[in-house]
Amino acid sequence: MEAVNLKKDSLIIANKKFNSRLIVGTGKYKSMSECAKAIKLSGAEIVTVAVRRVNISDKNKPLLMDYIDPKKITYLPNTAGCFNSKEALRTLRLAREIGGWKLVKLEVLGDKKNLFPDMIETLKSTEVLAKEGFKVMVYCNDDPLMAKRLENSGADAIMPLAAPIGSGLGIQNKINIQIIRKQTKLPLIIDAGLGQASDATIAMELGCDGVLVNTAIAKAKKPFEMALAFKNAVIAGRQSYKSGRIDKILMGNPSSPSKGII
Amino acid sequence: MKKIKKIKIKINGKIKSIIEDSNLSMVLKNLKIPLNKVAIELNEEIIDKKKINKIKLNKNDKIEIVHFIGGG
Repeated sequence: MEAVNLKKDSLIIANKKFNSRLIVGTGKYKSMSECAKAIKLSGAEIVTVAVRRVNISDKNKPLLMDYIDPKKITYLPNTAGCFNSKEALRTLRLAREIGGWKLVKLEVLGDKKNLFPDMIETLKSTEVLAKEGFKVMVYCNDDPLMAKRLENSGADAIMPLAAPIGSGLGIQNKINIQIIRKQTKLPLIIDAGLGQASDATIAMELGCDGVLVNTAIAKAKKPFEMALAFKNAVIAGRQSYKSGRIDKILMGNPSSPSKGII
Repeated sequence: MKKIKKIKIKINGKIKSIIEDSNLSMVLKNLKIPLNKVAIELNEEIIDKKKINKIKLNKNDKIEIVHFIGGG
């Protein structure tokens, strides 16, 4: 069957090909081994990671790199916890120094409670990072105008939120996501706010190129099963989108022929 | 015998005493820092890891050593 050949349907970000359209976060797991197993089950090829101080008093503390091999899985350093452009730039320049990471996730937050992005600081940072040769995937609001500005500033992927980070509310503004989809050829990835696998399917059916999930998997009662559920949900959503859905009509339309009724 | 002089510096926010005239490489070695998995800042400037044995530390220097941890 060649109708939907998903093997040829790769996700391309900054000229790099990925087979999986699910990106997962590595935070909030009970242990590093749990995190590593969930990632494996999710099939994700990109994982987000945070940049933090090394614990210099406990030298035997396990390291993320010992559990998730950066040669096999693409690390996507983020700027979580940064509330202005200066902090975000400092963090990503350090991330690049760790081992040459150029593909990064920019996330500049504006409010400690709702964790919405500060789009003015985000835009400023995107411009600087693009000029410095970074490949910037940008966490942003679901605002088509801001998404356009990010694109014009050199972003490599637009990553609007579905809902506040960690809220599990699912996609709140489908219309905006569809408008962003129509206006951009850049990879469009839903980042933050998903709660269950079906939310990922909806994102993919809206035409998104991928989804980024952390809390919904890490904090599920059964993270491994949920990782697998998200993997399948993303594939299902993509297949559904590519298959071309039927038009919506108000009234019923019988599936069985009306001719020959006894 | 000549007394060894010590100076105080800050590493990841913690005050540490080190021997005067130490270079950055010695300090990182003592802390058993895996160089291929970290990035280093000295007084808010990123340090080229290849040059750490040429960098002498001074009193009140601030060093930040960061790595990747789990995050979303």
